Amino acid sequence: MEPQEDLVPTAIVEPPSALRWRTMLAVPFAAGIALTAHTFIANREPPLETHSYRLLFIEVIAVSILLALLRRFSPGLRRWMANMWPIFTAAIVSVCVWDIVTLGLRMLPLPYFPGPSAVLRSLINDRVLLLDSTWHSLVLLLSGYTLGVIGGLISGICIGWSSPIRYWGMPLLKVVGPIPATAWIPLTMVLSPSATVSSAALIALAVWFPVTMLTASGISNTRASYLDVARTLGAGRAYLIFHVAIPAAVPNIFIGLFMGLGASFLTLVVAESVGVKSGLGWYVSWAQGWAEYGKVFAALIIMAAFFSTIMTVLFKVRDRVLVWQKGVIKW
Amino acid sequence: MVAPAETEASSLVVREVRKSFPAPDNPLSRRQVLDGISFSLGAGELISLIGPSGCGKSTLLRLVAGLDSADSGDLLIGIEPITAPNAERGLVFQDPNLFPWLTVRRNIQAGLVARGVLHEKKNEVDEFMRLVGLEIFANVYPHHLSGGMAQRAALARALINHPKILLLDEPLGALDAFTRMRMQDEVLRLWQARRTTMLLVTHDIDEAIYMSDRIMIMTPRPGRIERTIPVELARPRQRDSGDFLRLRSDILKFLHFAGKS
Ligand SMILES: Nc1ncnc2c1ncn2[C@@H]1O[C@H](COP(=O)(O)OP(=O)(O)OP(=O)(O)O)[C@@H](O)[C@H]1O
Ligand SMILES: [Mg+2]
Repeated sequence: MEPQEDLVPTAIVEPPSALRWRTMLAVPFAAGIALTAHTFIANREPPLETHSYRLLFIEVIAVSILLALLRRFSPGLRRWMANMWPIFTAAIVSVCVWDIVTLGLRMLPLPYFPGPSAVLRSLINDRVLLLDSTWHSLVLLLSGYTLGVIGGLISGICIGWSSPIRYWGMPLLKVVGPIPATAWIPLTMVLSPSATVSSAALIALAVWFPVTMLTASGISNTRASYLDVARTLGAGRAYLIFHVAIPAAVPNIFIGLFMGLGASFLTLVVAESVGVKSGLGWYVSWAQGWAEYGKVFAALIIMAAFFSTIMTVLFKVRDRVLVWQKGVIKW
Repeated sequence: MVAPAETEASSLVVREVRKSFPAPDNPLSRRQVLDGISFSLGAGELISLIGPSGCGKSTLLRLVAGLDSADSGDLLIGIEPITAPNAERGLVFQDPNLFPWLTVRRNIQAGLVARGVLHEKKNEVDEFMRLVGLEIFANVYPHHLSGGMAQRAALARALINHPKILLLDEPLGALDAFTRMRMQDEVLRLWQARRTTMLLVTHDIDEAIYMSDRIMIMTPRPGRIERTIPVELARPRQRDSGDFLRLRSDILKFLHFAGKS
């Protein structure tokens, strides 16, 4: 038959190099301003060690100039710069404003709100412990999340498919599920010998509920006509469940996975700060105990990067799995 | 008629079938949709069912497929009552209902996978994709297909199981005139080659005359088979022959008359 135009996977047509000079120079320019402002502020306080902060912005200027020179050779680089430079500029300006407000104008109470240079210093000085904490958080998060997803898929499929299980399981789910997983902490601390094991179980519980709910509703809302078609093609129960109901529920299941991921972050941080003696959540409360707020902010920055990376990975997986669906939400 | 063994498995008897649904305006009362439908379909016969929208054609097909059960009456394959859907009775739905998560090729081979015979019959997949002219769309997802292409894929998906009885609910309705005529010939070719028993729902009188051995005309509220008209034209039929046109005008006159009463 006649090939249709929209079937050919056409590459996105590029606008004729949209990278303007103004955009390109914004990054080094903003970094220059931040550097100058900082030098000016810091000069009033000789004892502060601000070498690394300055070095950072000198590097930013150097790299952005280098990329500006290299842009001719790569359209991909050009597109990336045109896309990212405005947001980088805004980030640098924000850091500069932060610097001026804290260190320069002393507008925020000091031990609690250190300037960016102090945070950067904590980040660098404590990097080994921060890396170790991130690793522990990752292991705990992944083990709890995996456990919760497996459990949630199994219970969700059973509840969604079988009416007797739905009859008995749904009330339990509706009563127990909405309790925030962290509310179980006093109980799990008594029950479990190891804080790590009980924290993983808590995270699993937090993930299990939304995954079960969304999987069950996806399965039970499978379009009846898909099941009818499969039956007339000679499908047995296994085919109906694994080849029709579950694929049809996948968009819903992913919503559950995302909700579960959010719940798991929250539970992870709380569980770490009250029970487990490792991980980023523990690090934050430990640093707070010593009133080292530079470290608190450093850990928050690491957390932001850590959690959003995991989120991005899940979005990538979703885009892969749901290629058959049109118009998925972008992350 | 062919050998009796074959007749058993591919002849259909429908006797005094009734079916009602809860009335949409009043859930306590029921609306009679099919009211005493009786007919039989010999092995290898091709019968068309025509009638106005909402008279219960799709409902009847669902009963024959085994997807729903009748309130009363008998539905028999040979002498066996129909209790559940079966790959021996294929149904092409009014909407293509392709699985959106499978590519065209995987949709077409779904029946083979469901019955666990994909390995032995893998080569047939290509044959059926070629039959409906979708070979270059093999790896495309259904949301890229036009309505007609989707309907052709749905047709191939039902045909690949080689059902003994094929129920077709306006399978060619969404096609353009040229593709439609080509597909009519393809369906006839398959019908003759395999001696498949076919029950074809259509809105197109020309299609009914061109394809079928008999035409059943249904009237609505409640649905009954008002008349059965044998089509005694030699095959292959000419769409512009005098007999064809005479029959066509007879049917039109009847429908017109039935619509008035
Ligand atoms: N599951 C159902 N529940 C309630 N009413 C139904 C159901 N299925 C069909 N009906 C009703 O039965 C009647 C016949 O429907 P059916 O789909 O069989 O008509 P049809 O002859 O196939 O019409 P069309 O030519 O438009 O496809 C309609 O009035 C419809 O509203
Ligand atoms: Mg219909």
